[in-house]
Amino acid sequence: MRHVISVLVENEAGVLSRVVGLFSARGFNIETLTVAPVGDGETSRITLVTRGEDSIIEQILKQLNKLVPVIQVADLTEGAHVERELMLVKVATDRDTRAEVLRIADIFRSRVVDATPTSFMIEVTGDSSKLDACLALLTPLGVTEMVRTGLVALSRGDKGMVTKSSH
Amino acid sequence: MKMTGAQIVIQTLVDLGVDTLFGYPGGTVLYIYDELYKNKHRIHHYLTRHEQGAVHAADGYARVTGRVGVAIVTSGPGATNAVTGLATAHMDSIPLLCISGQVPAALIGNDAFQEADTVGITRSCTKHNFLVRDVNDLARVLREAHFIARSGRPGPVLVDIPKDITVAQTEYVYSSAEPKIRSYKPTLSGHVGQIRRGAKMLQQSKRPVLYVGGGTVLSDASEELFKLQEGLNFPLTNTLMGLGSFPAADSRFIGMLGMHGTYEANMAVSNCDLLVAIGSRFDDRVTGKLSVFAPHATIMHIDVDPTSISKNVKVDLPIVGDVKHVLAQFNDLVHAPGFKSGLQDMGPWWEQINEWRKRECLRFNQGSDVIEPQYVIQCLHQVTKGEAIVATDVGQHQMWAAQFYGFQKPRRWLTSGGLGTMGYGLPAGMGAQVAKPDAQVVVITGEGSIQMNIQEFATCLQYNWPVKVIILNNGYLGMVRQWQEFFYERRYAESDMHVTPDFVRLAEAYGALGLMCDQVDQVIPTLERGLSHPGTVIMDFRVNREANVYPMVPAGAGLNEMILI
Ligand SMILES: Cc1ncc(C[n+]2csc(CCOP(=O)(O)OP(=O)(O)O)c2C)c(N)n1
Ligand SMILES: [Mg+2]
Repeated sequence: MRHVISVLVENEAGVLSRVVGLFSARGFNIETLTVAPVGDGETSRITLVTRGEDSIIEQILKQLNKLVPVIQVADLTEGAHVERELMLVKVATDRDTRAEVLRIADIFRSRVVDATPTSFMIEVTGDSSKLDACLALLTPLGVTEMVRTGLVALSRGDKGMVTKSSH
Repeated sequence: MKMTGAQIVIQTLVDLGVDTLFGYPGGTVLYIYDELYKNKHRIHHYLTRHEQGAVHAADGYARVTGRVGVAIVTSGPGATNAVTGLATAHMDSIPLLCISGQVPAALIGNDAFQEADTVGITRSCTKHNFLVRDVNDLARVLREAHFIARSGRPGPVLVDIPKDITVAQTEYVYSSAEPKIRSYKPTLSGHVGQIRRGAKMLQQSKRPVLYVGGGTVLSDASEELFKLQEGLNFPLTNTLMGLGSFPAADSRFIGMLGMHGTYEANMAVSNCDLLVAIGSRFDDRVTGKLSVFAPHATIMHIDVDPTSISKNVKVDLPIVGDVKHVLAQFNDLVHAPGFKSGLQDMGPWWEQINEWRKRECLRFNQGSDVIEPQYVIQCLHQVTKGEAIVATDVGQHQMWAAQFYGFQKPRRWLTSGGLGTMGYGLPAGMGAQVAKPDAQVVVITGEGSIQMNIQEFATCLQYNWPVKVIILNNGYLGMVRQWQEFFYERRYAESDMHVTPDFVRLAEAYGALGLMCDQVDQVIPTLERGLSHPGTVIMDFRVNREANVYPMVPAGAGLNEMILI
C-alpha cells in the first residue's frame, strides 16, 4: 500500500540525512521526498511517499517519531487529503506538432512557461496520476527533458500539524 | 562569568554531576585537556590505551552505576576508534556521552589533517549527535546530550566540538533545569486502561511466562519486578541482557531463554498461553524462528520505546512506558484485595515446567583430567559467593558465564549482547572497577577476545585497578569453531587460535600477576589465589578445547527444536 507521510522537523543541519539514513538503514523505500522550511523558518516540513505492508508503515511512523529533531509525524493516507505535484516538461516541436502540444497543455490546464521556435516548456500541477497522463500524451511528440517535484500533501478539514514555533 | 569553550565543557560536566571521564588526547582536544589538567581535583580523567577502550570503560561505568558514562576522544582517528564502543552501547541502550574534537570550523569539509565526518559516521550508531557550531550553544548542547543519553530508552550521544569553539569565549550561565526539547518527550507512565486490561490477562492465564530483558535493569525496576512476583509467582525467564534483574537462585526463575537458553525456558515460552515481555525486544537470538515463537500465546509488551513493540512479533497488548513506572502501576492492581484469588491455578503449569527441568539441560561432566570451562565458572561463583561484578567478552565463555554464574542482583553483569563486541570485557571491567573501587570485578574472556583490547592491561596497572581476568583458554575462536563443527562438517576455517602469547609472562611484562592452571584440582586454589591478590591478575585456564555450549537452538530453528547434550 502507498502511503503519504508528513514529517514536521526542526530546521537544523543534518536533519534530512537522519530521515533519509533511517530509510536506507532499515531497508524502507522512498518513492518521492520533498522538503522546505515552513512557518517562521525554524521548522521544515517533509512529505514522503513510501510503500509497505501495514506493519512496515507502523514501524516507519514510529521510527520517524523516535528521531530527536522530529516534532510530529502523520500518515495523511489515513484520511481525506489533497495531493499535488508539479512537473516541468520540455517538448521539442516542429510545425506539425506545435498546435497539438498546446492543445494537450490546455486539456491539463497547464501553462507554457518557456517557448523557442523549436520547443515549449510546460508547467503542469495536479495529483501524480494527472501528471502521468499528461506525460503519456506528450512523450510521443518528443519530450526532451522533464522534472517533477515529488508530492506535497495536506489533510482536508480544519485540523493539521502545528507549524508555528514554540521556542 | 566569561569562559572559554574548553572551560565550559568542564564546568557543564561538573554541573551535571560528572566526576569521571575516560579518554585519549589529541590535537583538537588539547584546550579541553589543558582544562582537565587544571581541574584534576573536580573531575578525574582516566587515560586508556585506545579510544575503543575509553568508550567501553565509560559503558561499563554506566552499566554498573546507572549514570551517564563519559568519554572524550580527538578528531579523525580518535573518533573512528570510538565507533565500535558507541555501536556497542547503542545496541544495548547504554547512556553515554562521547565528546569528540573536530578540526576548526573553518576547515570542516576541506579534508583537513585528522578530519573525519564524525557526525555523519556516528549518526546510525548513536541515539543522537550534535556538531557544535557556536560557543554560545555549547553548554546547552552538552546538557541536552546528557539528558537525551539518560532519558527514555537510554543510549550514546556524541557531541562534536571544533577546536576553535574550545578557545572562543562566552558568558557561562549555570542551569540545573532539565532541558526542554519540544521534539523529544519520552513516555514515563503506562496507559491506565491498557494496564487494567493487562492485569485481567494475568488473571486469565493458565500458562503464563514473564520474559524479562535489559530494559528492566536499565530502568532499575528489579524491586518492582520482585514485588510483582510476590503477587503472581509466575515462571520468569531472562534475556542475556536481563540477567540479574531477578535472583537466579529463586525457584521461579527458569533460566535464560533463546539460542543458548535453558530447555525449560524455551519450552515454557513455546507452550505458554500468555507471554509478558518486560523491557525486552524480541531479538532474533531470543525468538528463533518467528513463525513458531510462542505460537499459543497472547503477548503483552511493556517497553519505553514504541519502535520495539510489534517490530518482530505482533503484540496483542502494547504498554509504552518506563518499566519501573509501569510495574509500579501493575503492582497497585496486583496487590489490591481480591486480585490474587482471581488468578488461575498454576499447579499443572509448574508441574509441566518441573518435568522439563528434569532434563538438566546444563548438565556437564567434570572428569579428572581436562578442565571443563563450565566448571571454572561454577567454581568462580562459589569462590566469589555469586557477588562479583562480571564483565565478559564474546563467544562460548560469554554464554557459559551467562548460564553458570547465577546473577542475584542487577548491574553486576556487563556483556555486549546486541552488537557482540569481542574486546568489550576488559575495558568494561575497568569502568566497573572505577565505579566500585571496592568490588570484586572479574572479566571472563577467551584467548581470542582478550587480544582485541589487550593493551588496556597497561591502563589497569597505571591506576592499580585490581581487575581479575579469567581466560577460558581453549585455543580456538570457540564459538566460531562450534558453528563450524555443527554446521560446516568440522571444517575449522581460521578458527584455530592456539598461538597466543604466554599469558603468565605477558601479565608479568605489564607488571601484573599471571597464573596458569591446567589441573582440575587446581581450579579452586588458582581462583582463590588470583582473586585475593591485591592487584591486576590474569588467570589462564587451559580448558577442554572442543567443549560446546549446550543447549542450542540452531539459527533459523524454533525454540522447541533445541540441540540438547
Ligand atoms: C570484533 C568481533 N569480531 C568477530 C566476532 C565473531 N566472533 C564471535 S565469537 C568469536 C570467537 C571468540 O573467541 P574467544 O574469545 O577465544 O572465545 P571462545 O568462544 O573460545 O570462548 C568470534 C570470532 C565478534 N563477535 N566480534
Ligand atoms: Mg577461545
